[in-house]
Parts: sequence; structure tokens; C-alpha cells
Amino acid sequence: MLNFSILIDHWDMYIEGFFNTIKASVFAMIASLVAGTIIAIFRIAPFRPLNWLGTMYVEFIRNIPLMLIVFVFFFAPSALGLRINSFLAGTLGLTTYTAAFIAESIRAGIQAVPKGQMEAARSSGLTYVQTMWYIILPQAIKIVIPPLGNQFLNLVKNSSVLGVIAGLDLMYFGDLISSETFVTFDVYIFVAMFYLLLTIPLSLSVSFLERRLAKNR
Amino acid sequence: MDFIGAYSPSHIIFLLKGFSVTLLVAFISITLSFIFGIMIGVLRYTKVPVISHLLAVWVETIRNLPLLLIIFFTFFALPEIGLKLDKMAAAILALVVFESTMLSEIVRSGLNSIEKGQIEAARSSGLNYLQTLWYIILPQALRRMVPPIVSQFISLLKDTSFAVVISLPELMNHAQIINGKNINYVIPIFILVALMYFTVNYLLSLVSRRLENKYI
Repeated sequence: MLNFSILIDHWDMYIEGFFNTIKASVFAMIASLVAGTIIAIFRIAPFRPLNWLGTMYVEFIRNIPLMLIVFVFFFAPSALGLRINSFLAGTLGLTTYTAAFIAESIRAGIQAVPKGQMEAARSSGLTYVQTMWYIILPQAIKIVIPPLGNQFLNLVKNSSVLGVIAGLDLMYFGDLISSETFVTFDVYIFVAMFYLLLTIPLSLSVSFLERRLAKNR
Repeated sequence: MDFIGAYSPSHIIFLLKGFSVTLLVAFISITLSFIFGIMIGVLRYTKVPVISHLLAVWVETIRNLPLLLIIFFTFFALPEIGLKLDKMAAAILALVVFESTMLSEIVRSGLNSIEKGQIEAARSSGLNYLQTLWYIILPQALRRMVPPIVSQFISLLKDTSFAVVISLPELMNHAQIINGKNINYVIPIFILVALMYFTVNYLLSLVSRRLENKYI
């Protein structure tokens, strides 16, 4: 039987970690949406060097581990004589990593909008940027919402890397509580429950959206 | 930054040793995850009453947890209930538990992508359900699953780096050991380690893209 007194005694720590996990995930999601959209536009812009830059970013980041990226943000600044707060380092690492995946989802969404739309808008006199902003992106957003939901779900799970660099998230507090109480099994089961509290509703809504959007097509 | 000191032969060999552990753990884990993933996927597809419901709960729970938590759990929490594993075994167990649920979803959607007409045709030619599954559905579904399975292998290879938290002597762990010697090694070592991961994963992603063109 689980020892619920651990949960009650350390409620404050669990809650602080829980909200920091949410905070890191939301910050990283917003930042990687912005960065991912820019990279996606780089990848499809009618200008070769931008395409290369976008492709290089996506291919490189997608093929190296998140743990490494977070370590780079955490340890490299101190090697250069700078100081970085671990929460910030973790969130930047998460953003750098997630942006590559989001860029790919958005690119796929943009390319799923029929080519005729671009041609029609351009021949009505809109510039490339106007066409992107007013015609293509609003249509692409509908297509990319389910994959973006999935990315957010991954982000929440991945935010646990903050625990490794003392980023004050749920994982970190779990570690702290278990070293205080000398209990690991129950402590981590409660940590798992807090994660599921976030991820299960998210994954249910993603699959709901997937089904709805599939029906509309 | 000290590139020359960081890239001394002994450091390179040490990193390669770490990388061989990474590759070994990834290879064992993907093989086992593949076996369990197929078992879970097929059992859920065939809708065996109670079992498929239990598996659905299992898959949804594990898939929605961070892998890092599962690694902590297998290494630090299981000994508390009498199951003591060494670092390697704990890392492999965590990876298999996590990745087999991911693979089972790939297997299940692969199976679901086979048209219902195939089952009806096979059943009406006199094959029983298991024969239909084994000879008709699985071979076609497996072919469609190859590209996503290769992508999953790339994820798994990256995910092995989470085992740095239990100091499994893999690539990230060895990199951190070298970094600990001299702060001027940190950036050069991270660059080299990134290139090592990138090379292997990029090659795998090329393989996956070729297979995609071949099978789909």
C-alpha cells in the first residue's frame, strides 16, 4: 500500500515542482512555436540559403539527444565564464530541441495547403509575406494542431530533464523528497501521478482533435 | 577552450568506449522492445477481452510518463521492493518498458491500416483467424511499419543518454567525466559528442527515408 503521509507531508514540494513543470513546458512551447514557425518558413522560403539553414538546423537538432542540448546550455556558459540559472538553461534546451520538431510539423502543414492557393494569392497582388500570413498560415494551422498537441505532450514529458540540472521541476523535487525520506518507490509513484495528471488529459484531447479533424476532411 | 587537450587520443578512445555502450544498450533494447511491442500490439489488435483492456491501460500509462522517471524508477525504486538491478539492466529494462509501448502503437496502427477486405477474403478462403493474422495481415503490416520503427530506433538511441542520471557508462557519462577534468574541455567535447550522435542517427534517418520510398 502506498504511504500517503509522504504525499501529505511534502505536498508543498510536489506542488511547487508540478507548477514549475507546467511553467517550463508552457514557456518552452510558446518559444518553440515562434522559433519553429520561423524555421519552417526558412525551409520553404523561395531563397536557397535560407532553405539550407533551416534544413541544417532541423536535421542536426533532431539527431542529437535532448540531454546533450540541455547539458550544453547548462555547462557551456560556465566554460565561457558566464552564469546561467538552471531553470532557464533547461527551458532554452527544451526550446531548441522542440523547435526542430515543431518546424517539421508546421512545414508539413504548410505544404499540405494546395499550391493553387499561393498562386491565386500572389496573382491577386499579395506579396509573399502577406500570402503566408493571411492565406497559407491560417489554413495550415488547422492541419498542424494535432501534431502540435503531440509535441506539447512530449515537451511536458521531456521537461523532466530539468530535474537532472536542478531545474526545480517535478523530477527534481521527487529526487529531493526521496533523499530526505529514504523512500523511493512511493515518492516516484506520486511523481508519476502528477505527470499523468498533465499528460493523460493532453493525450485524450489530442486524439479527440485528430478524430474530429479527420472527420471534417 | 582547449581543443588539442580535449581531443587527446585517450579521450577519444574513452568516448568511443562510451559510444559502444550506448550502441549496445540501444541494440539490445530495440530488439527486446520490438518483440514485446509486437506482442502488445497484436494482443490489443485482436481485442482479447480482459487482456487487451489491461494492456490499453498499461500502454496509456507508460506512454504518458517521462522516460527519465521510468529510469529512476527501475534503478532506485525497484530495489526497495526486492528487485535489485545493475545500471545496465536497469537502463535496458526502463528503455524496453517505455519503447515497447511506443512500438506497440506503431504495430497496432500498422495492423489497422490493412484493409478489412483482406481479412474477409482470407477467412472465406478457409484460413482461421490466427492463420489470417500470421500469413496475411502481419507480413503486410510489418512492411508498412519498417520506416516508423527505424525512426523509433533513432529516438531510442538518443534516449539512452537519459541513463546518464544513473551513471551508466555510456557516451554522455564519459563526456561528463572528461568535462569534469578541465572546464576548457567542455565545449570541444560537447561538439565531438554531438557529431558522434548525429552521424549515426543521420545515417539511420537516411536508411529510414530510403525504406519509406521502397515500401510505401
